[in-house]
Amino acid sequence: MSLSIMLSQLSVGMVRAVGIFALTLLFSLPLGMLIAFARMSKNAIIKNIARVYISVLRGTPLMLQLLVVYFAPFYLWHANISGYRFAAVIIGFSLNYAAYFAEIYRGGIQSIPQGQYEAAQVLGYSKSQTFFRIVLPQVVKNILPAVTNEVITLVKDTSLAFALAYQEVFTLAKQIAAAQTNFIPFVVAAIFYYVFNVLVAFVMERIESKMDYYR
Amino acid sequence: MKILEINNSRKHFGDLEVLKDISLSVEKNQVVSIIGPSGSGKSTLLRCATLLETLDGGDLIYLGDYAAKADENGNAVYASPEELKKIKMNFGLVFQNFNLFPHYSVLKNVMEAPVLVQKRNKEEVKAEAMELLRKMGLEDKADVYPYQLSGGQQQRVSIARALAMKPNILFFDEPTSALDPELTGEILKVIKDLAAEHMTMVIVTHEMAFARDVSDYIIFMDGGVIVEEGTPDQVINHPTQERTKLFLSRFKND
Ligand SMILES: Nc1ncnc2c1ncn2[C@@H]1O[C@H](COP(=O)(O)OP(=O)(O)OP(=O)(O)O)[C@@H](O)[C@H]1O
Ligand SMILES: [Mg+2]
Repeated sequence: MSLSIMLSQLSVGMVRAVGIFALTLLFSLPLGMLIAFARMSKNAIIKNIARVYISVLRGTPLMLQLLVVYFAPFYLWHANISGYRFAAVIIGFSLNYAAYFAEIYRGGIQSIPQGQYEAAQVLGYSKSQTFFRIVLPQVVKNILPAVTNEVITLVKDTSLAFALAYQEVFTLAKQIAAAQTNFIPFVVAAIFYYVFNVLVAFVMERIESKMDYYR
Repeated sequence: MKILEINNSRKHFGDLEVLKDISLSVEKNQVVSIIGPSGSGKSTLLRCATLLETLDGGDLIYLGDYAAKADENGNAVYASPEELKKIKMNFGLVFQNFNLFPHYSVLKNVMEAPVLVQKRNKEEVKAEAMELLRKMGLEDKADVYPYQLSGGQQQRVSIARALAMKPNILFFDEPTSALDPELTGEILKVIKDLAAEHMTMVIVTHEMAFARDVSDYIIFMDGGVIVEEGTPDQVINHPTQERTKLFLSRFKND
């Protein structure tokens, strides 16, 4: 197999890895906010459900969670799960990362001093105005470093989709390497992950420096 | 004309009775200072008056409108949220530690609430905000962020922010306590200027000389009750209660 054929096959996997990455962020960032609110709810039932959710999702391997998400419909309802592979990958990743983001959000929201809420309240801001104008912008700045860590981990974690035999770049590299007894696919995959991460780190740094106008 | 009236107010936290049957009223253009030892309930009284805490009992009245009204058992019953929202526009509060919004420029700190909450014209508000900042000696600081200011400057911004809402009464909770001693003077001067312009104010302070100079009326609180009240001359120069004398003796060297 020529290098160019190998690269073109691997590039399909690269696009899929980027897809997992982007869709996971798209769903897990807002879902994490919902879970964070549930976790901070005054309602004890909602709070405890969120607490258990976060604990389980952070306390068990992502790979195992992917398998559960993928095979559960079959074992529970004998559903036909062919064609569900990609959705299962996205659902599994999103549920898992939302748990991590929820805890980051919660820490960020709780770090906002009570005085900020009180100042806004006396000035007549509504609850939602206070949250979106006063609290959230400060939370975003506070949590950005922690979010960056998670996002960088996610780049590497996309390779775990191999557990469901989803053909992203790592799965493909393994297959090609085995079939061709060739080490090169692994090198290409490694370079891909590294460059991807450098780009992500660069973008996150830009965002962080954008928020540097105040302390 | 009474701007604020509080009748028989009560407030407790757990087992602790923090306000025990406190009544006071503030006339238009009056400056009232509240003094007293730590833990006597001064901040709690201000927080109840500004709706940051809810009273257990008593009336809370702004310009004849009841924010809270005692029922037949004396328990405070609050007005509807819409009513309270309107009543809230009567007062402003200046905090001990400023509580400026750190992600907003000085100008935006001052401008946002009048535009967002009071739905006033943005250009008008901006002109007024700049005028307030000029009065506070901060006209060249409009575009900087709070972290770039000294504590005294931050407190002046927070006073401007409160004044921009055109309140009928302004509350101060120890406005100089978080400041270095050399910066307290500039804030006390601002408050004196406001008093000279007949701003109605209620000031919790530990600055006795200032309270004596600026106030029309002084309230001495201890243990959740008003122990003594009257003109500065009565309360500070000629106190009649032992507890007042004891408290004031600690400030004799001022
Ligand atoms: N949210 C709260 N929960 C429980 N106890 C409180 C709360 N707020 C105040 N207290 C208690 O109520 C009492 C009165 O407090 P407050 O802050 O009103 O006193 P203060 O007169 O303002 O004192 P200082 O001069 O130190 O500011 C104190 O014993 C305080 O511990
Ligand atoms: Mg206090």
